[in-house]
Amino acid sequence: MTNPTTASGTENTTTGTPAGSTPTGGWPLWEVFIRSNRGLSHVHAGSLHAADARMALANARDLYTRRSEGVSLWVVPSEQITASEPDSKDSYFEPAADKVYRHPTFYTRAEGVPHL
Amino acid sequence: MHTADRPAPAAVPTQHGQPDTTEAQAEFDARIAAEGRIEPRDWMPEAYRKTLIRQIGQHAHSEIIGMQPEGNWITRAPSLKRKSILMAKVQDEAGHGLYLYSAAETLGIDRDTMTEQLIEGTARYSSIFNYPTPTWADMGAIGWLVDGAAICNQVPLCRASYGPYARAMVRICKEESFHQRQGFEILYELSHGTEAQKAMAQDAVDRWWWPSLMMFGPPDADSPNSAQSMAWKIKRFSNDELRQRFVDMTVPQSEVLGLTLPDPDLKWNEDRGHYDFGEIDWTEFKEVLKGRGPCNHLRIANRKAAHDNGAWVREAASAYAAKQSRRTADAYQEAS
Repeated sequence: MTNPTTASGTENTTTGTPAGSTPTGGWPLWEVFIRSNRGLSHVHAGSLHAADARMALANARDLYTRRSEGVSLWVVPSEQITASEPDSKDSYFEPAADKVYRHPTFYTRAEGVPHL
Repeated sequence: MHTADRPAPAAVPTQHGQPDTTEAQAEFDARIAAEGRIEPRDWMPEAYRKTLIRQIGQHAHSEIIGMQPEGNWITRAPSLKRKSILMAKVQDEAGHGLYLYSAAETLGIDRDTMTEQLIEGTARYSSIFNYPTPTWADMGAIGWLVDGAAICNQVPLCRASYGPYARAMVRICKEESFHQRQGFEILYELSHGTEAQKAMAQDAVDRWWWPSLMMFGPPDADSPNSAQSMAWKIKRFSNDELRQRFVDMTVPQSEVLGLTLPDPDLKWNEDRGHYDFGEIDWTEFKEVLKGRGPCNHLRIANRKAAHDNGAWVREAASAYAAKQSRRTADAYQEAS
């Protein structure tokens, strides 16, 4: 794996200012995940600023679920997310592509055989 | 959606050394050509990043400043129902501004910088919000015409090549249609009411029609950045195309309202299959953009006052959060 980098605002390319310590005392950034219905996973919805977790949750409710878009919310400090490198030619995910035998379509003898 | 919607460091040295810009540019171009989406950590040309920061920032500021002309009527809405609706709408505008700020932040600009640019007057927002809202009918005209024009502009942006922007626009467009319909309803009630009410509705439409047409920006011939934005697939249609689409949609609606649009040159053109309309006063547009519109000063002064008056709240919340996290750390230490 090539240098894993966090998803944090500390990588800010414009100002180089770490999240949470901006000159005017800006609040840290949080990523918001919403479960839209029971039985479904939480899905990323966007981000917001909040001083702490409780405020992040309240802000997420007000910002992202004004029309019953969710039954459950997660908020995660953006800087706590570790992300893979963006895809490139020597892709991090390449090993999956050369293991075609992981897919059922690789096996042709079963063609036409019922329930297989 | 990606969980890591933060920009990559400007140039991360990889195992293979510095990324090759020519190769990265080719990949970027191929992705755009194939209708793919650019995500925050992808390589992108600096000019693409700057264009998006400017456009999304202006768009976010417009939503935030756009709360003011309507906020003006919350305390004086004619009924509890209208008041509840108006509050929900203004809250939506705030939400739209925040979705967009959040999208802009994935490009490497932070929220405080954007707020500063707005209150110091170095960032623009839509010229439309510099017009006053003296009557209740203005709430109708804003919903019907201003939000109607905004929808025309915004629906194609749901397919913009930059992922976070497009996703924010999908969310916004879903909410905007309520805005336009409630505005239409306000005008409908007024135009089917007493003579005085109908006159009030007509007056509002007379004042908002031309500024709404200006919302689409300068004519194509005078819009130097449009071609590049369209090549990048940020913009999908030109200013003039979108303006024409809006006029074509709106004229039949005005007939349902029984109100006239204040343009003697407005008429159906059989050959073109579109409505022809009169010349827009671009001098007025430029004046408003330069800060000399009726309400520019007031809008920024209000925004600045809100920001300044909220400083102690932001500081108190930060201090409280710091204290709580210190206490948690102390308790953890004692326990172990």
